[in-house]
Amino acid sequence: MKRPEEIQQQIVRETFHLVLKRDDNICNFLEGGSLIGGPEYKLIYRHYATLYFVFCVDSSESELGILDLIQVFVETLDKCFENVCELDLIFHMDKVHYILQEVVMGGMVLETNMNEIVAQIEAQNRLEKSEGGLSAAPARAVSAVKNINLPEIPRNINIGDLNIKVPNLSQFV
Amino acid sequence: MALKMVKGSIDRMFDKNLQDLVRGIRNHKEDEAKYISQCIDEIKQELKQDNIAVKANAVCKLTYLQMLGYDISWAAFNIIEVMSASKFTFKRIGYLAASQCFHEGTDVIMLTTNQIRKDLSSPSQYDTGVALTGLSCFVTPDLARDLANDIMTLMSHTKPYIRKKAVLIMYKVFLKYPESLRPAFPRLKEKLEDPDPGVQSAAVNVICELARRNPKNYLSLAPLFFKLMTSSTNNWVLIKIIKLFGALTPLEPRLGKKLIEPLTNLIHSTSAMSLLYECVNTVIAVLISLSSGMPNHSASIQLCVQKLRILIEDSDQNLKYLGLLAMSKILRTHPKSVQAHKDLVLQCLDDKDESIRLRALDLLYGMVSKKNLVEIVKKLMSHVDKAEGTTYRDELLTKIIDICSQCNYQHITNFQWYISVLVELTRLEGTRHGHLIAAQMLDVAIRVKAIRKFAVSQMSALLDSAHLVASSTQRNGICEVLYAAAWICGEFSEHLQEPHQTLEAMLRPKVTTLPGHIQAVYVQNVVKLYASILQQKEQAAEPEAAQDVTQLMVDRLPQFVQSADLEVQERASCILQLVKHIQKLQAKDVPVAEEVSALFAGELNPVAPKAQKKVPVPEGLDLDAWINEPPSDSESEDEKPKGIFHEEEQRHAKQRLPEADEEELARRREARKQEQANNPFYIKSSPSPQKRYQDMPGVEHIPVVQIDLSVPLKVPGMPMSDQYVKLEEERRHRQRLEKGRKKKKTKEKGKPRRHGSLHTESDEDITPAQQVDIVTEEMPENALPSDEDDKDPNDPYRALDIDLDRPLADSEKLPVQKHRNVDASKCADKEDVPGVEKKAKKPKKKEKKHREKEREKTEKGKEKEGEDLDFWLSTTPLPAAAPALKSSKHKKKKHKKEKEEKSKDKKKSKKKPPSDEAAEPVENGALDEEPLPPMSSYCLLAENSYIRMTYDIQGSLQKDSQVTVSVVLENQSRSFLKNMELNVLDSLNARLARPEGSSVRDGVPVPFQLPPGISNEAQFVFTIQSIVMAQKLKGTLSFIAKNDEGSTHEKLDFKLHFSCTSYLVTTPCYSDAFAKLLESGDLSMSSIKVDGISMSFQNLLAKICFHHHFSVVERVDSCASMYSRSIQGHHVCLLMKKGEKSVSVDGKCSDSTLLSNLLEELKATLAKC
Repeated sequence: MKRPEEIQQQIVRETFHLVLKRDDNICNFLEGGSLIGGPEYKLIYRHYATLYFVFCVDSSESELGILDLIQVFVETLDKCFENVCELDLIFHMDKVHYILQEVVMGGMVLETNMNEIVAQIEAQNRLEKSEGGLSAAPARAVSAVKNINLPEIPRNINIGDLNIKVPNLSQFV
Repeated sequence: MALKMVKGSIDRMFDKNLQDLVRGIRNHKEDEAKYISQCIDEIKQELKQDNIAVKANAVCKLTYLQMLGYDISWAAFNIIEVMSASKFTFKRIGYLAASQCFHEGTDVIMLTTNQIRKDLSSPSQYDTGVALTGLSCFVTPDLARDLANDIMTLMSHTKPYIRKKAVLIMYKVFLKYPESLRPAFPRLKEKLEDPDPGVQSAAVNVICELARRNPKNYLSLAPLFFKLMTSSTNNWVLIKIIKLFGALTPLEPRLGKKLIEPLTNLIHSTSAMSLLYECVNTVIAVLISLSSGMPNHSASIQLCVQKLRILIEDSDQNLKYLGLLAMSKILRTHPKSVQAHKDLVLQCLDDKDESIRLRALDLLYGMVSKKNLVEIVKKLMSHVDKAEGTTYRDELLTKIIDICSQCNYQHITNFQWYISVLVELTRLEGTRHGHLIAAQMLDVAIRVKAIRKFAVSQMSALLDSAHLVASSTQRNGICEVLYAAAWICGEFSEHLQEPHQTLEAMLRPKVTTLPGHIQAVYVQNVVKLYASILQQKEQAAEPEAAQDVTQLMVDRLPQFVQSADLEVQERASCILQLVKHIQKLQAKDVPVAEEVSALFAGELNPVAPKAQKKVPVPEGLDLDAWINEPPSDSESEDEKPKGIFHEEEQRHAKQRLPEADEEELARRREARKQEQANNPFYIKSSPSPQKRYQDMPGVEHIPVVQIDLSVPLKVPGMPMSDQYVKLEEERRHRQRLEKGRKKKKTKEKGKPRRHGSLHTESDEDITPAQQVDIVTEEMPENALPSDEDDKDPNDPYRALDIDLDRPLADSEKLPVQKHRNVDASKCADKEDVPGVEKKAKKPKKKEKKHREKEREKTEKGKEKEGEDLDFWLSTTPLPAAAPALKSSKHKKKKHKKEKEEKSKDKKKSKKKPPSDEAAEPVENGALDEEPLPPMSSYCLLAENSYIRMTYDIQGSLQKDSQVTVSVVLENQSRSFLKNMELNVLDSLNARLARPEGSSVRDGVPVPFQLPPGISNEAQFVFTIQSIVMAQKLKGTLSFIAKNDEGSTHEKLDFKLHFSCTSYLVTTPCYSDAFAKLLESGDLSMSSIKVDGISMSFQNLLAKICFHHHFSVVERVDSCASMYSRSIQGHHVCLLMKKGEKSVSVDGKCSDSTLLSNLLEELKATLAKC
């Protein structure tokens, strides 16, 4: 079930607030509120420095299994972006989505083997490169120039990241 | 043209890409909305251009904006344009955008059908992959119906990457288009044994998801899953399967018994916490489903509880949380085992993590007993004070009430304590559960008569205190308790100490700030109070005082008359008039108290919530029958109204009759009284059980008198239930002493005690302070048994409750698009059965026949499935998952099973479990069919006076050059057999897999020892090069036999026969695929004929299927097609025809040598039939 954009945003916001106020030394599961579909659903998250990765799952998933899966996802991001940082995720939302799609498809876990995921991502990147990519050469040059004045502090990092998970949220229902 | 392109790319230099957009938004923090609307305008311009790259870039940016919460549905058509781009780069952007913003209401979605179909059949696997991924997010019922067949074809794609995605998306297709489940299921099942672990995992995932919703339809897959569970090493798959078994066991207790052993082994052996946890969970589910009938299940419970305790004690909060979660499941059926860990749970209540505290609270619910209730509630109350978040505090509140009220208040021994706990809870500001407390107050006051006096005194104090009224702003807030307080004080006003004071409290002006429904109750109960005061005053002959009270009423009631709430207003005006009338009468010195009290005479009894529903329909009343026949069409219009009018008049006349007859009324009243007296459910007011309690010994010790209640209560915020804790302890102490004294002399007094002699205080020893003779709720006479089973009719998963064992009907085939995409369908055919050339259609004749025999097949198919499962559950020995770990206990059990099986084999008796025999003929309707004799795939390997060896060879599709030989070793002697070692003389073609580092001459040690009379199973892996020929390997089992006289070195030679059959793996085959396979012309053919066969065809088929690992594809009369697959991927197709006394078998196989050898083996089997 797809939810309207406002509800998506509300879910992201509430999830973010829920997760943010949790200490590091408490458990990584949150029982579902009415917003995410009731008590059958759980939020399972992992916290890496300034980033939170939140999955919303129903009772057919193993809690510890999902924690491992988040780890796989993050490690995959790390490999694909070569030492991933928040800025990578913020500026390359599309790529993050593509990677996520190799891990979770339509709300169901597709692949848990990191090497397999990375191999498929790289093959697709090669394919894209062979087609010349989205931005042709001249545009890329301009973009390089623009990149010189990088902006100051990252903003909304957590929210930005949580957004990745919205497809999951809506698809588990 | 070229110029245009150049111009395009120069333009593009100034277009923003996604990174620019993100950067821009970050740089415009102050006017973000404005900046974005500007960007959207730009994007709209870009979308108007012809250049697909520009469009894709625009869509890419839109996807980002969607993520920020902007609606982009207006661009749906552009997204479709980008989806249909030929370049993967753009296509991917398009599909991503679609997956983010398309939904069932998107109207242009139907335009995508053909585009998606084209992408699905694209030669590039990534085009296909991207389409599948996108589709999984926005599939609609229409898309599912139109594309189901294409996706199903992809399930057999050559690339595992596509296969796994296609398998996974099928679940979404099933959800949207349930009709596709049955046609697609055989192939899905096939994918459970796909060589690629990813595909396998996806198939397990989908089936688990399906089975979770409708487990009973998937029971027949249990053997397959069991095999996967014992063979798979992928934890992710294992977890899924184990979770699935957890859902299946409640339906089939025999399955649970079979599971316990491998699961226990896994618990012992695994190092993965996630797997361990799921195993424990499923063991719990199994134990719940068995609950009794397993002799040693307490050991398993202990194991689970013990493992969970380790989890809970772990420093990892996640494990702690999950441990508590699982513990609460055990609690439901085995509370005793959990109660031992009360300390741990109470400790968790102090945890800083709210989730953990909540779980611990859940556990507490099941842990309370009469003995510890007070202590636990005290602890919870202290948490209520400390709790900072309202959610957790509210949760605590509900839990306290739940814990106390569970099972009809069975744990409460002192209701005064409970009432004071409730009163204390009213100090909670800002709770949402005021109504809960109120409901409890009412419930207790009404049902526990003995407590009413105390309750009334507490409630009047509540009415007096101002703090509750002040909090009236919040809905459902704590002021709700005033509703209960007012009602209790009014209804039981005879118990009030100072009714006048309470009356004044209830008439305070501040009351009008309360919510309407509470005010209404106030107004009503003020009158009850008033009535009882009047009576009191009149009896005391104080007419002035009585008139004063009336005056007070007349003065204060108008404030309610002005209320905005209709109910309050109506009641108030009514009552005001009444009081004014009373005032007039009083002025004339007429005694009025009697009459006013008569307004509220009688007692209210609690009625069970379901009482209304359960009123039985009186005999002779048909609710569905028409009262007036509906006018038929032939009837003339004029007559109708007349008739109705006439009848109505009659009814009026009848109604008036009884009113006239006063005598009749009196008679009826008398009759009703008589009836009530005989009705056990009607609670009479006079001889109440509480009266009896007055005479009971020990009443004097009830601490009511000792407390000066009014003092602490007037200061809200001071805990007072603690007093009761102390008092309760004193009381119990006294009771114990008293009992000690009484024990010697009185035995007729009190209840008979079972543990009278025990000194420790057990639960039963604590007699309640109040005789908790709770008034039971009223139910109508001969209430109907309730049907609780009201399922949600809107459950989307109900549509998937489909019988999967029934064979497919032709009408169920998935719709196939035949026109246009010729390329696509060609492609699909090729992928369907690898290595098969596409050909036109299958012969029509066959199709016709097929349909004719549909019904018969249905019956047979069902019978077969059912038998398979029963057979698996009853006789097959457990595959030894981890033989080294098995305890001798296991061995014994196994031995028993083995023996049972053997005895069955020996006798070859046709007896089956009685239940099966009884049920079978009724079920399948094939009475003439003789039942199948039980079969075992294990055959004798060698035997001497010490040991008997039987073996079975199994291949797996995952490993194309390996077979597993399972050898059951049974000690037939009185000696203890140890140091067993198995060795074979390897041939060029077949080798025993030995531990690393050992030479060809070394044997493989058997991982267990055999005490006398015990058997166990060991597994050995062999590597096979070529599988087209059968072969024999010579081997020796050497062992040391040890008995009282000493030990001897013994050995036993054997010949291990690898038949070609043993390389076959039972693989279900879809009849379409089978037909294509046969028509491909790639297979070589051969046939045999065997005469003198007496066995029925049905049994013959079953035997071939079982011993030669075939599966029946289709059966028509005495003709059947069968399929199997070798571990190296050879297809083997058989056509069996039965004549009068003979059977002919035509075989087709990708390898002619294999086929002829297989047929020889078949011939040998058939010759024995």
